[in-house]
Amino acid sequence: MSLNYNIIVGLEIHVQLATRTKMFCGCELEFGQPPNTRVCPVCLGMPGALPVMNKAAVEAAILTGLALNCTISRFTKWDRKSYYYPDLPKNYQISQYDLPLAENGYIEIPLEDGTSKKIRIRRAHLEEDAGKNTHTLGNFSAVDLNRAGTPLLEIVTEPDLNSPSEVRQLAQELQRIVRYLGVSEADMQKGHMRFEPNVNLHITQDGQVFKTPITEVKNLNSFRALERSIACEVNRQLDEFLATGKTLQIGNKSTYGWDDVNQMTVLQREKEEAHDYRYFPDPDLVPVAVSDEWLSRIASRLGELPLAMQQRFVRDYGLSDYDAQVLTAEKSTAVFFDAAVRCGAQPKRICNLLTQTGLKLANEKQTTVDALGISPGRLAALANMVEAGQISATSATVIFETMTQTDEDPAQIAEQKNLLQKNDAGEIEALIEQVIWENQKAVSDAKSNPKKAKKAMGFLMGQVIQKSKGQANPKIVAELLNRKLMA
Amino acid sequence: MSDFQTALELRDAIAAQHCSSTQAVQQMLNRIEQVDPTVGAYLSIFADRAIQDAKRIDQKIAAGQPVGPLAGVPVAVKDNLCTTFGTTTCGSKMLEHFVAPYNAHVIERLQAADAIIIGKTNLDEFAMGSSTENSALRKTVNPWDSSRVAGGSSGGSAAAVAAGLCAASLGSDTGGSIRQPASFCGVTGLKPTYGRVSRYGLITYGSSLDQIGPLTRDTADAALLMNIIAGHDSRDSTSASESIAVKPDYLADLKQPINGLRIAVVPTLNAGAEASVQNAIEEALKVYQSLGAERIEITMPHFDYAIAAYYVIATAEASSNLARFDGVHYGYRSPNAGNYIEVYSKSRDEGFGPEVKRRIMLGTFALSSGYYDAYYVKALKVRNLIRQDFVKAFEKADCLMLPVSPTTAFKIGEKTDDPLQMYLADIYTIAVNLAGLPGLSVPCGFDAKNLPIGLQIITNAFTEDKLLRIGQMYQSVTDWHKRNLPL
Ligand SMILES: [Zn+2]
Repeated sequence: MSLNYNIIVGLEIHVQLATRTKMFCGCELEFGQPPNTRVCPVCLGMPGALPVMNKAAVEAAILTGLALNCTISRFTKWDRKSYYYPDLPKNYQISQYDLPLAENGYIEIPLEDGTSKKIRIRRAHLEEDAGKNTHTLGNFSAVDLNRAGTPLLEIVTEPDLNSPSEVRQLAQELQRIVRYLGVSEADMQKGHMRFEPNVNLHITQDGQVFKTPITEVKNLNSFRALERSIACEVNRQLDEFLATGKTLQIGNKSTYGWDDVNQMTVLQREKEEAHDYRYFPDPDLVPVAVSDEWLSRIASRLGELPLAMQQRFVRDYGLSDYDAQVLTAEKSTAVFFDAAVRCGAQPKRICNLLTQTGLKLANEKQTTVDALGISPGRLAALANMVEAGQISATSATVIFETMTQTDEDPAQIAEQKNLLQKNDAGEIEALIEQVIWENQKAVSDAKSNPKKAKKAMGFLMGQVIQKSKGQANPKIVAELLNRKLMA
Repeated sequence: MSDFQTALELRDAIAAQHCSSTQAVQQMLNRIEQVDPTVGAYLSIFADRAIQDAKRIDQKIAAGQPVGPLAGVPVAVKDNLCTTFGTTTCGSKMLEHFVAPYNAHVIERLQAADAIIIGKTNLDEFAMGSSTENSALRKTVNPWDSSRVAGGSSGGSAAAVAAGLCAASLGSDTGGSIRQPASFCGVTGLKPTYGRVSRYGLITYGSSLDQIGPLTRDTADAALLMNIIAGHDSRDSTSASESIAVKPDYLADLKQPINGLRIAVVPTLNAGAEASVQNAIEEALKVYQSLGAERIEITMPHFDYAIAAYYVIATAEASSNLARFDGVHYGYRSPNAGNYIEVYSKSRDEGFGPEVKRRIMLGTFALSSGYYDAYYVKALKVRNLIRQDFVKAFEKADCLMLPVSPTTAFKIGEKTDDPLQMYLADIYTIAVNLAGLPGLSVPCGFDAKNLPIGLQIITNAFTEDKLLRIGQMYQSVTDWHKRNLPL
């Protein structure tokens, strides 16, 4: 019996847009506030209150659609999706049904082997979020409507993902994109990005193809949970197929929840409920026409996307894929890095300074590298001093830190702190003569005892640098010492 | 001072200090105490508040301070307009004790005009009905014959003006709810163009049809009220922008007749009304002809489908608009509910009356999967055809004249067992809402039972100024609108 299978995953993604106010009212989006304090008649669904579209949310959605290479609808509208639930005050959600804001795009995701893959985007539409039900009052439930009316962008991919790691890569890439665009904080723990994968397998057994029933997985609040849940579903579906032979049929889609404690998917709903949402155009809102002028104004905010930037750093600056990825994880780092390189410094030197010192400092201060108080030009100057051998890598770290506190340029700091390396061969040679004179035993070991030569050499180097008060350039010391001992 | 002074007369008398607002309000309150137990126009009276407001206005006038265009004049508003004072019941058990957290746009405008809001008037539950018999809270009778209905759904607002229980009032019109009770009670009623008056704070029945408008003693008062309530409001997305539809001063040219007025009539339609109504309309047309108007006979080929289309669109919107009344957040909650599903089902079952339930069920059905295209989409097509009928009519004529209702006020209880018969009586008013046009009802005679008859005048969108001038032409040469109740 021969058996192999393909993993088929499509994603339904909700991205919470970081607009100042809600989708259809003026309430500010602030989280962690006391229940029902960020509400008004509109988002409370009070009788007679009417929704007014938040233009900034539509622009953020269009911008994201453009970044996902979608066609932007030039005419769209708002529809009501009806269902009863206590966290939905109007008992309908304002959404977009048959005319989504964006469709037919793709997202290019980096793969672990350094290549990339295009995943097709079916559609992206805007809608309002519901509130939250809590069940801590015994016989009663409580409803907090602070979140009700928050703008959500729902993105639906085609089932083009074929492994758990691809799913994670897409999620991380999408996070990077929306953060680059500044349209979402995209924090999964905080529910800013919610992923609901639809998973099944195409199993080829003895030349025949079988499709397993699709499952939808919910409650995923980390990239790790997302990736693991897919792996779990693959194993579970394979086992189930081998045990029962069950295949995909209309209506046998089921819902599984992710149990993070036991690291497994758990059945939540056996059969898909036959919902009739009774969609119809919301008569309280007017359709949205997207003019050429408006669209191009939004498109001008697009900028270079993270993967393109990452690829450019590898191609044009000769960085490793790993370095390029670290630098492009956050837009502020990437842009700062790029600016420093353009000031005329070796990219790898700047990369090292940023990844080894800059990001660490930014992290300690809970800020970004561009907010450390150092200009790209000064960083380039620092990198050039390392490159020229004027300072050591260790000194560079000290100077970097000092630069965040003072307004002096790196050369001034190096001088004040006596961190300039001695590159003058004559001066260093004099020190070497002195050290050789004072350490005859080590000199003979270095010259003629193969067992101790390396250690002795290191000792002599150390003595020279110590005598220079750490300012002798180690590269030059090693070179001159070697020449002396060989003579 | 007379109980039947117009709002303009009363305003001028108060401004000239011929009488005080306090006196006027007190006299009105006394009359309400005397007459309203029989008429049943009001659901709530704000006696103390009104007297306080009146005193404040009197002080302002005495001090020579500037006051608003309705300063000191007692007005009534339909109880589906949200007010932070008193309750906003919609004539329903569902909202019997509901206090709105905000004021409707028109309430703010009345207050800014220094009007005295004396009370809130009865209506068919959620404005669904043509007789005010569907109010769950009170029975309203026709002031001309207490065995007959006042019309509906703004029956309380019409009866209050007719009975001298306020100087003017506001109602709302979704399918004739201002014009028909105005006609039954012998007052002037204007349904403005859709979008002319903000719906913010009007408890929604059919969002794409609802419009707030005045019920008054004559066209001048209607113009005065339009000056106060019309105009753009950013809180209502369907409110017309004043750059597209300029808001004129409705009083400025009111007394200027329209030269060469061309009146369209639809003989086949008029033939459906009872003889007394047909005769009164013919007499009114003769008055206009004597003023130099030209009579043009036209057809409105799709008028016959208006009722069917209306009862699909209005109920579809209502089924969704009224979903929020669920006992969870506000309003009536059944004490018999054992779980959250029962909170919904029992609260709605016990809180809504039979006509509201009937329309919710009709609308839910029309929007259901599998029926949506056959009902809702088809109704929208009919709506478009009806709009086209009007476009063609206004190519030939300045206005269309027809009856408001096929009959005069009918007996209380006469049609309550036959909802379809009740719906069919809306034949002359409904098309105007479907087309979003302004419609005016002016008194044009009495039948043999001494019941008022109304003439309906319809003009093109956003031409209320012209419409009121046409009405004024008639009222300047007739005195039907000045016939007061035999006391
Ligand atoms: Zn709000």
